[in-house]
Amino acid sequence: MKARIYVTLKTGVLDPQGEAVKKSLHVLGYGNVEEVRMGKFVEVDLQAGDPEKARQELMEMSDKLLANPVIENYRVEMVEGE
Amino acid sequence: MKFGVVVFPGSNCDADCFHAVKNVQGQDCEYIWHQQSKITGFDALVLPGGFSYGDYLRTGAIARFSPVMPAVIDFARQGGLVIGICNGFQILLEAGLLPGAMLRNKSLMFICKPVNLKVLNNRTPFTNQFNKDAVIEVPIAHGEGNYYCDPATLEELQKNGSIVFSYCGPAGEIGDDYNPNGSLSHIAGITNKEGNVLGMMPHPERCSETVLGGTDGFGVFASMIQWLKEARA
Repeated sequence: MKARIYVTLKTGVLDPQGEAVKKSLHVLGYGNVEEVRMGKFVEVDLQAGDPEKARQELMEMSDKLLANPVIENYRVEMVEGE
Repeated sequence: MKFGVVVFPGSNCDADCFHAVKNVQGQDCEYIWHQQSKITGFDALVLPGGFSYGDYLRTGAIARFSPVMPAVIDFARQGGLVIGICNGFQILLEAGLLPGAMLRNKSLMFICKPVNLKVLNNRTPFTNQFNKDAVIEVPIAHGEGNYYCDPATLEELQKNGSIVFSYCGPAGEIGDDYNPNGSLSHIAGITNKEGNVLGMMPHPERCSETVLGGTDGFGVFASMIQWLKEARA
């Protein structure tokens, strides 16, 4: 079973990387870019029979390791048909 | 006193810390490999700087789950002295022994230079050999030292005197001009509420003897030894 986990910075947490990318996009002429927030994208392939149980487990993994709850949020997406 | 320096794969300040404790301070010191799940007989633990596990995922995130960490957490919870320097600080944050998290430096640059620190609290096991508000020079070397926590945690830190070191100017001025990495409230080092766990981004082990060009870091280890002596007496 495959899953995608999106880890994003919480609102209000400074994102120096996103700021730098935004400035660079402005230099390239994309003046309409108002905000850029960088995040992480994790693909996990795991053995599981029950998708709901797998999702619970993936959320546990995210809470423990994949995301830092002090600064980050995450979203788990199960990949259908794989 | 017996110090333990915890070595993770990718630690690179372990030998410097060992030297500062063993040869400069003249204390017993042993390395503790990260695979060790039991640690006994130590008076204080040092989590040194470096790039544990390549800083993969987040700084300190993987080291935090090393086999040695439950024992480190136990040691800290029982009141043992734990100092985390640079990457060691990042590991303590990930382990939840200290509140908050590290963000990328505001400038996005890895900064390696001496900075001035103000000793905001000299009534801790790590700073009792300094005068209050003393300005000391200690080098930093990090890419992610931009300390962050939520407003309630910051208030708590301030209320408890947990902000031990802040970045400052040569005369102790505090402000954005003297903050190298954008850290919240110019924080360079904090303790936990109980005061027995310190995390600091600057490297006291790199300025503990004259030959290294500075001795202002000496007081950090000397304070720990003094505190342990008094606790024993």
